[in-house]
Amino acid sequence: MPANAFNGFTDYGIGIGLRVPHYDHILSRKPAVDWFEIISENFMVDGGLPLKVLDRILEQYRVVQHGVSIYFGSAEPLNREHLLKLKRLIRRTQTPWLSDHLCWGSVDGRYTHDLLPMPYTFAAAKITARKIREARDFLEVPIAVENVSSYAEFHVSEMTEWEFLTEVVEQADCGILLDVNNIYVSSRNHGFDPREYLNAIPAHRVAQIHIAGHTQYRKYTLDTHDHPVLDPVWKLYQHAISRTGKTATLLEWDARIPSFDEVHNEARKAEKFLPQLETQTIPA
Amino acid sequence: MRPLTARGGMQPKWVNGRSSKKVVQGFIKPGDRLTAFERLEIYNRQYWFRLKDCFYEDYAGLCSILGNRRFEQLACAYLAKHPSQSYTLRNLGQHLVPFLEAEPKWILPHRQLALDMARLEWAHVEAFDNEARPSLKFDAPSGVDPVQIRLPLQPHLTLLELRYEVDHFLIELKRGAGLRAEASHARGSDNQRSTSQIKRRLQPETTHLAVHRQADGVFYKRLQPAQYRILVALQTGATLEEACVEMMASGLAAADVGTQIKDWFADWAYLGWFCEPLLKSVDI
Repeated sequence: MPANAFNGFTDYGIGIGLRVPHYDHILSRKPAVDWFEIISENFMVDGGLPLKVLDRILEQYRVVQHGVSIYFGSAEPLNREHLLKLKRLIRRTQTPWLSDHLCWGSVDGRYTHDLLPMPYTFAAAKITARKIREARDFLEVPIAVENVSSYAEFHVSEMTEWEFLTEVVEQADCGILLDVNNIYVSSRNHGFDPREYLNAIPAHRVAQIHIAGHTQYRKYTLDTHDHPVLDPVWKLYQHAISRTGKTATLLEWDARIPSFDEVHNEARKAEKFLPQLETQTIPA
Repeated sequence: MRPLTARGGMQPKWVNGRSSKKVVQGFIKPGDRLTAFERLEIYNRQYWFRLKDCFYEDYAGLCSILGNRRFEQLACAYLAKHPSQSYTLRNLGQHLVPFLEAEPKWILPHRQLALDMARLEWAHVEAFDNEARPSLKFDAPSGVDPVQIRLPLQPHLTLLELRYEVDHFLIELKRGAGLRAEASHARGSDNQRSTSQIKRRLQPETTHLAVHRQADGVFYKRLQPAQYRILVALQTGATLEEACVEMMASGLAAADVGTQIKDWFADWAYLGWFCEPLLKSVDI
């Protein structure tokens, strides 16, 4: 299912995150890249270099917007000013779909700038789904929500994370940005089987996949995005696309960022799993 | 979010004075390797690391003046009083100058120098990505007395009256940081030594600056006192006549004043500093 309603019926391939250290390389060398993902908030400004760079990128490449601070899971209403600026950016980029995280991160107008895990309750799922629908109606673009990596779980949770994700996306009728690295990190921190997670989610709703590197500490695993993708995550990726089919895939590398070529080559490792799909794809 | 302990951990007492361990156990599940307290502490630490990193990026010059230890104390005090109220970290430092004016204890004995640097660094943030409105077309409609014209200035332009030449300090500091980035083996202590030398050389010297954006770069343009006065008057909504009267109060020699003012306005117009008002029907 390369194209579906949740990614605007597009068929994007392997992309990478657009990051400042690579601007010069991209603009001067114009490397062949299927698509770039931008962090929406970095370009929701009124002027200056960020928008100039973005416009030059848009002349050459397909761009998809990924946000970090809508906070669908926060109890408070959506931030209207935020949505207005986001919509202005959507009109600029023509992003075929928009993603943000299934998390919370603000209280009473104060922002943590973190992706905090949610209590997996039916009440939280209902509020979150309603906010996703409101955002989609206002922004007029398909929305996909990303599962976050987490280090804590709540006593009040009434279901597993994958059941909660399913509950939210079914109620909101939205897509999933499936981050297989986050699933792996959380599985290490909470002791669940990541394949059980992948097998349980509604694969037909997956609009996009994220892959990334992480760091293993003595007592926990941290989602650092500062390494190549590790083997267990590639194995999970292989399993994920066996369920979803060929899906737009993006490598996130956000700290200790190496050269453009190193990042791009790392992302393109995903291509080697795609030919195997012909014989392996499991119907959703 | 409450500050970390001196050892970088989560506070042992909750906001109500109870044991944090006991309170956290009430809502966070323990893991097989981490207690509930330790799990929440990961988020508590990440919050402060993230915000302090961002604060340092915006105020590296202020950090050079205060030193790392005092800057860290200032950052904690400021962020505790002014937690982020924006979806973007870009606005994190927007309250710093009034905070320092109200609580100068954080910057003693360098009060004025530190305040000047904080003003300059915030102006830099504003210049980087504030809006650039269309430049004003000097074709005033007939019947309008030219001296009654109001000339709005670009939103990215900040006018500063400083007691120290902190612009040179900050430029040297950024140049040093750039050189260090190119030579990764350079020692950090070399940089601390050079910034200390620059700081010692700084003598009180009233300086007028226009911090603005030109061709996507941020520039610090020195102004004469009379230029500063006329621009400040225009920025606060004075008519051209009122601004010129204000300027004359600065004691500009009267002989060639007309030529000088003409040259200044030509320069500022070339730089695109005059922009169309938000409501075009007003003023011109």
